[in-house]
Amino acid sequence: MSQKTSLSVAIAGSGGAGALTVGNLILEAASASGWQGLLTRTVGPQIRGGEAAALIRLSNEPIECMPDQFELLVGIDWLNAHRFGAEIPLGPNSLVIGDPRGGDRPESFVKSGAKILDIPMKEMAKAIPDGRPNMIALGIAGRLMGIAEEMIDRLIEKQFAGKGQMAIDSSRAALKAGYAAAAGLELSHRLPPPSVKTGRRWLASGNETTALGAIRGGIRFAAAYPITPATEILEWLAPALPKVGGTLLQAEDELAAINMIIGASFGGTPSLTATSGPGLSLMIEALGLATAAEIPIVVVDVMRGGPSTGIPTKSEQADLNIAFYGLHGDAPHLVLAPQSVPDCLFTTQWATYLAETLQAPAIVLSDQFVGQTRAAIERPAEVAFIGQRARQTEFAETYKRYALVANGVSPMALPGAPGGQYTADGLTHTEQGIPTSSSGDHQAQLDKRRDKLERFAYGVHWATIEGDGDIAVITWGSLTGAVREAIGRAAGDGINATLISPRLLSPILPEQFAAAVKGKSRILIVEQTHGGQFYRYLRAHYDLPGEVRVLNRPGPLPIKPGEIHAALKNWRT
Amino acid sequence: MKKQGPRIDTLTDLFAAAYRIEADAVTRYEMLAEQMETHNNQELVKVFRDLARAEGLHAEEIRRQAGDIDVVAHAQRIGGWQRGDSPEEADLGTAHYMMTPWHALQMALAGEKRALAFFEDIVKTAKDDKIKTMAAEFVEEEAEHVNLVHRLLRKYPAPASTWARDNDPPASQ
Amino acid sequence: MSVINLQQSCKPADYKSAVKPIWCPGCGDYHVLMSFTRAFAQLGLPPEQIAVISGIGCSSRIPAYTNCYGFHGVHGRSLAVGAGLKVTRPDLTVIVASGDGDGYSIGGNHFLHACRRNIDMTYVVMDNRVYGMTKGQPSPTTEPDFDTALSPGGTGVSPFHPLVIALASGANFIARCFSGEPNETADILAEAIKHPGFSFVEILSPCVTFRPDEKEWKNLIHPAPVATTNDPARAARRIMTDDGFNIGILYRGDRRPYSPEFGTQGVDLAELEREFEQ
Repeated sequence: MSQKTSLSVAIAGSGGAGALTVGNLILEAASASGWQGLLTRTVGPQIRGGEAAALIRLSNEPIECMPDQFELLVGIDWLNAHRFGAEIPLGPNSLVIGDPRGGDRPESFVKSGAKILDIPMKEMAKAIPDGRPNMIALGIAGRLMGIAEEMIDRLIEKQFAGKGQMAIDSSRAALKAGYAAAAGLELSHRLPPPSVKTGRRWLASGNETTALGAIRGGIRFAAAYPITPATEILEWLAPALPKVGGTLLQAEDELAAINMIIGASFGGTPSLTATSGPGLSLMIEALGLATAAEIPIVVVDVMRGGPSTGIPTKSEQADLNIAFYGLHGDAPHLVLAPQSVPDCLFTTQWATYLAETLQAPAIVLSDQFVGQTRAAIERPAEVAFIGQRARQTEFAETYKRYALVANGVSPMALPGAPGGQYTADGLTHTEQGIPTSSSGDHQAQLDKRRDKLERFAYGVHWATIEGDGDIAVITWGSLTGAVREAIGRAAGDGINATLISPRLLSPILPEQFAAAVKGKSRILIVEQTHGGQFYRYLRAHYDLPGEVRVLNRPGPLPIKPGEIHAALKNWRT
Repeated sequence: MKKQGPRIDTLTDLFAAAYRIEADAVTRYEMLAEQMETHNNQELVKVFRDLARAEGLHAEEIRRQAGDIDVVAHAQRIGGWQRGDSPEEADLGTAHYMMTPWHALQMALAGEKRALAFFEDIVKTAKDDKIKTMAAEFVEEEAEHVNLVHRLLRKYPAPASTWARDNDPPASQ
Repeated sequence: MSVINLQQSCKPADYKSAVKPIWCPGCGDYHVLMSFTRAFAQLGLPPEQIAVISGIGCSSRIPAYTNCYGFHGVHGRSLAVGAGLKVTRPDLTVIVASGDGDGYSIGGNHFLHACRRNIDMTYVVMDNRVYGMTKGQPSPTTEPDFDTALSPGGTGVSPFHPLVIALASGANFIARCFSGEPNETADILAEAIKHPGFSFVEILSPCVTFRPDEKEWKNLIHPAPVATTNDPARAARRIMTDDGFNIGILYRGDRRPYSPEFGTQGVDLAELEREFEQ
């Protein structure tokens, strides 16, 4: 994908102007027209009435990251819009449309060299009974993006159905006025007409697909403590779980949430909680318990800027260290990372399957970008990974819950089964589960828990490996899309690079990794952290051949494909 | 708080209660023996096992005396002692990891005395002569047990006041 | 031998495991274990249908000493584990066991919310007013002048009142027991287990090692002089003004227990995807 095969628009506005509504309608109409796309939202710190911007990128191909530059910015007003300067990169090819009465145009937008145009959206809206400027902006943006007016018109009825006929009529009229106002205007390029749909089209956020993946994998209980940007996972599960015979319980804090799912899983129900960095920090002790007591659970961490409260509404990949190393003691557990909105579904489903199969906790490291981005995508393929826990139901002799079996996965008795009574324990225990401080038992159980993870055949899903070049670009999580796009562009320059993005971060898989980097002379590591956590993780566990460079930056600004492309292009050997 | 024993309306009730008293004592002494084992007081492991064995023999004797009455089954049916332990159950609260045979015998003595008082009370209050007579026999037996413990105590005098001194501090866990 | 016969058929023994307690001889928790097994036997519950959940501390060692399913988790979180288990496995009898440090200090927040949530389970706190496993530090129920290495001269802080807190937070059954009265404790535990909703049973359980003064408790306790009430206002007055050694069921409420909707099994998962489709 290049800048030319996609088209991007940002809609900004403040104080209830309705920029986010405009963004949703554009994405939905584009998706209904056959394009694929992404919508991210960026907002000020206010709960209501704050400045907000909707960023939309559309294409004929799957889209997994935001563009290097936006072709269009429509400011319903400019109040506090300067805050979005860095998030809405513009250039000489960009068009900025604003209301002359919308306040001072932010300097950075002017300095970008973009073409500036005034359209009096407020005034135009006033001419329509109950007319709103954001619907004028919608018409302008819709026309410039090449979306047929009737595609949006159709959605308006649905969108405003609860607000009465007047709202519908006035919105339609304003949309029409917006389309008329954009007559004769052109962006730097047009999107090719939408390609034929190959499957059913979905509109979903990564948090939503994460929740669906959990249910597909077998999750039937969730404990919830709200935290941005993970709450939507829990809110999606709350009504969904009872529909499949499950339930959700709101906890008093994250400590309770994780212990609730441990209790439920001890009883045999595959269980999950979702949180973000501060919550994950509170859950760490119990993750160690789940490791020691061999209770499968899934914890989704939708990463946000850290440390401490950090930036709740923005993305970062800086929870890798705590997810991998945070547990005290030697505590092998699963860490996985989804790579895109549809992959949130796959990875969470696979994580559930792995947790149940291996009787170990799994941390799914999603992030704010992939979690809260709405995407218009092809319906993800269904996969067969459904959690199946090894169980024991008949007991001839004294049951050994933690028996030292060849694959390390000892069949589990569930409460209610006569003869299987045992005590699950976070204390070092014997095969039977009885507390002990003997070195032999300690070693044996540590070995068991390590071996069951390391001996498992994870198959091809452990990483995304694409392309063949003597450069490897190694990344993880939601940056995978930006790297993929950058590698695609580099190919146009004659640079061949291999994308390596491990979906499974723990346990480490030395053989598979060695095979993936074999023969590479240069390695570029791309990550969204300040401290180079992923680079250090790779250095600690794997051999990296050749020259190694790191492109890392903390949040909140996403690393753009253009930056990665430039790093590849400028790497002269 | 006052201990209330089970209702004794029939001879079967009486045998069952008598049996229950001895059987409970066995369980309790075995429990104490286990505690002493865990806390490495080997001398007391033996003392409590011996006491358990002795009470077991008493229980067996009562079963014999009861003849056709199925005391084992009936002992389960009668209500327990409403408050605290049954008379010969040693007081768990007075156990100590460094306790001596003298302490164990004091426990036993207190138990036998409680049993004695239990049967004496029945002798005093029972309406049925058969129950009165049999209870009186149990009183005699318990009195003999009391004497036996007194005799044993001569072999095991009271320990020095420093018996509980442990030069090591408790271990934190 | 007949004694063996009695033991085999004597039900409380069926609920005891072969694991030997590490409690100090003289510890009140031995009695509590006995009360557990007697209560279970009294109710005739199959041991595999009972789950005993605990946190960390002397009292929290109890699950492994029973022949039930047990869970010995991290410090202070046993109520959350119990809630997750009971909500997803309503068929089980869930007993959560804790101590004054585990339950009232590190687990204090969960205590409030477990009372409020009113899930049908029984919460037993063995209160000895001291941290035993870590050698005698003051807990939330310790007297202000209790002199320890960690609190030289005493904490100077008033103990808090678990029963009042339970009542104010919405517990549906509140009782106080004394470990040295195992039969009565067993009876009350059985009542607590039978009572729908969240039942809170505080058991005064002396620590012979760090609180030898608590041996006196057996002379201080007395049966609650008035009958159980279902009126929270009366219960509050009563609990707030008693001497702390009032033994019995002090409150028995009639709030409906929390039990969430489960819906039906076997719904087509494709139905859930429909909201994503255009």
